[in-house]
Amino acid sequence: MSKRSIIIFGLLVIASMALSACGGAKYECDDPIGCVTYGPDEPVRIASALVISGPNTELGLDSQWGVEIAMDFQEELLGHEIELQAEDEMCTAEGGQAAGQKIVSDPTILAIIGTSCSGAGVPMSEVVSEAGYAMISPSNTAPSLTNPEEAWNPGYLRTAHNDKVQGKAMAEFALNELGVTTAAAIHDGDPYTEGLARVFADSFEEMGGTIVEFTAVNKGDTDMRPVLSAVAAAGPPEFLYYPVFTAEGAFLTKQAKEVTGLEDTILAAADGMISDAAADAIGDAGAGMYFSGPDLSYSGDLYDNFLSTYVEKYGSDPTSVFHAHAFDGTRMIFSCVEEIAVQDNDGTIHIGRKALRDCLYATSDFTGITGSLTCNEYGDCADAKISVSQLQDGEYVKVWP
Amino acid sequence: MLQRIKDIDFLGLSLWIFRTAIIVLIAWGTIATLIENPYPAHTWMETIVSGIAQGSLYALIAIGYTLVYGVLFMINFAHGEFFMSGIMTATVFLAQPMHESGFLNQHPVISILLITIVTILVSVGIALLTERVAYRPLRTAPRLVPLITAIGASFFWQYFFRGLYGSKVKPFPQFEALVGKVSFGGIEILKVHLVVIVAAILMLIGLYIFIMKTKVGKSIRAVAENKDVAALMGINVDRAVAITFAMGSAMAGIAGVLYALVFRQVHFYMGFIPGIKAFTAAVLGGIGSIPGAAIGGLLLGLFESIGPGLFLEGVGIPSPHQMKDVIAFTMLVLVLIFRPQGIVGERLPEKKA
Repeated sequence: MSKRSIIIFGLLVIASMALSACGGAKYECDDPIGCVTYGPDEPVRIASALVISGPNTELGLDSQWGVEIAMDFQEELLGHEIELQAEDEMCTAEGGQAAGQKIVSDPTILAIIGTSCSGAGVPMSEVVSEAGYAMISPSNTAPSLTNPEEAWNPGYLRTAHNDKVQGKAMAEFALNELGVTTAAAIHDGDPYTEGLARVFADSFEEMGGTIVEFTAVNKGDTDMRPVLSAVAAAGPPEFLYYPVFTAEGAFLTKQAKEVTGLEDTILAAADGMISDAAADAIGDAGAGMYFSGPDLSYSGDLYDNFLSTYVEKYGSDPTSVFHAHAFDGTRMIFSCVEEIAVQDNDGTIHIGRKALRDCLYATSDFTGITGSLTCNEYGDCADAKISVSQLQDGEYVKVWP
Repeated sequence: MLQRIKDIDFLGLSLWIFRTAIIVLIAWGTIATLIENPYPAHTWMETIVSGIAQGSLYALIAIGYTLVYGVLFMINFAHGEFFMSGIMTATVFLAQPMHESGFLNQHPVISILLITIVTILVSVGIALLTERVAYRPLRTAPRLVPLITAIGASFFWQYFFRGLYGSKVKPFPQFEALVGKVSFGGIEILKVHLVVIVAAILMLIGLYIFIMKTKVGKSIRAVAENKDVAALMGINVDRAVAITFAMGSAMAGIAGVLYALVFRQVHFYMGFIPGIKAFTAAVLGGIGSIPGAAIGGLLLGLFESIGPGLFLEGVGIPSPHQMKDVIAFTMLVLVLIFRPQGIVGERLPEKKA
């Protein structure tokens, strides 16, 4: 090869490099945590980490379906399909840890809807936060999760109410509406149940009532008579609050009536036991029992549309409480992606993880099914309305406020 | 003397400290509770009776573990699922429809018989199927293999029945005849607890007679002793093993019916924890021994029930009833330290242990 042709070849190489640099102004990610990039044909990927096996399946599947419906309604995000990776947090700390680790090992996942149970949420939020992801829980209600001195981690948000509100509402209802003066509370060691029972007990005492016994059972227990006997021996209380899950809650309800001393005690539980499945499981034993929970009397076209899609797609009425919260959380993510994503000419999109977090925390007056959502700096986004309902002929009838 | 002290090694010493610590803790807790006496007598009685009833259920389920272990030296972790499958099926197809039509409380005896028969048939069917498909082909494989297979079978049946009947907790109807209490010389017992305890005792005695006195029972014992020699003596080993599984799962089925009567709800996951507890009970009593399973089950139920109030409350642990499982498994550890062969178990030769 002659000298001249080498020079020409060299010039061509330089020119082509310069041209390519001009043609595709490369996106440079300046996000402090990093960016997620989806090529033109790649779907935007989100994950869910909900309880979809074991005894609390109903709770998690209901939320997962809320996420899926939000995806159906959205159809596509900036020209990309949306894909869901559904993980199982098993409603245990170990399950939450495992699901979190699995999700953060996949860099193409943008954000997470989860967890169902606060007990799984505590370890998972730690894993997820450290890896720079954002998660929105549709049903974690334990106060500690949004308390920076306890279990809050950056990147954690929730559309569910904080149980500080719920426990206090129940104490108010018991004292002022029912006029009882003594109460007992039972939890099952899960942060959700323990936090709620604790807030209830504290508020009840602050407002002038007496807590005669504050105790716990274990998840998976069936024979509740020993603990109920202990409660009866300590009081017996006029009011017994056990904000636990369906299986243990139904056992407590059925066995409470058979324990000497608790025959006339008013029984009450919380949103973990508001579902058709729970009403079925409790049966006649729960007639007249009270339940605190988020006010589900939603209205509006969006909810009607959601509900008809739910029934059509899954063949049943909503099986639990938090489908709308999951739906709203998912839509918050989509709305932030639309706001902050940087789009190349060929359709590639780049989303900064820190930018996504900031956008989520900045959510204000977001119109969802559950109300108008505004997040505070620790991720409490719910427009919390708590009501108390009573089980009458297998139906939850709102009695307060 | 000096020599003996020198011989105590680190492990021996730490075990010795551990034993002493636990015994001191239990004694301290018990004495503190008794001095403080937070509960009236009827509370203790209620707790003890409910413990015995729960223990009877553990005993019936533990029989299945013990029988299968005695014959095959394998831990059948799918046993809890045999317990669940029968009563789930009977609840969905019999108990609930019969309750809705009112038949259940008009003819309680016929209903309970029907429910029991269907439960046993399903439990035994599932057990025989599992044995034939999942265990028999692996009988000569290393012992870890059937153990893992059993865990797999357990998951398979759990989620099979979840797919079949859904994941909801299903209520089991209340028998009006069993509502209320009966009085025995001042002690009040729930009628349903009485039924459970009596039924469990009858079943255990019946099973013991069957194994010890009948020809089939003898063939099972022969197979347990030595499969090859039993085969040479003209015993059909496959048949004996199948009968063992059938007996164990029939007991589990009956335990399922009694469970449903007491707790009045069933669920696809209900077999898991009772299964593990019953396994603990079987080991506690001495795995391989039928009286051992019965005694282990009763003790476990009883300790779980009175333990939190008796030992833990006195030590000052808050919410002691949450620690029920800790008591169960601490008992297991203690028995394994003090008497590795179980409470009534015999020292097994190397091959079986």
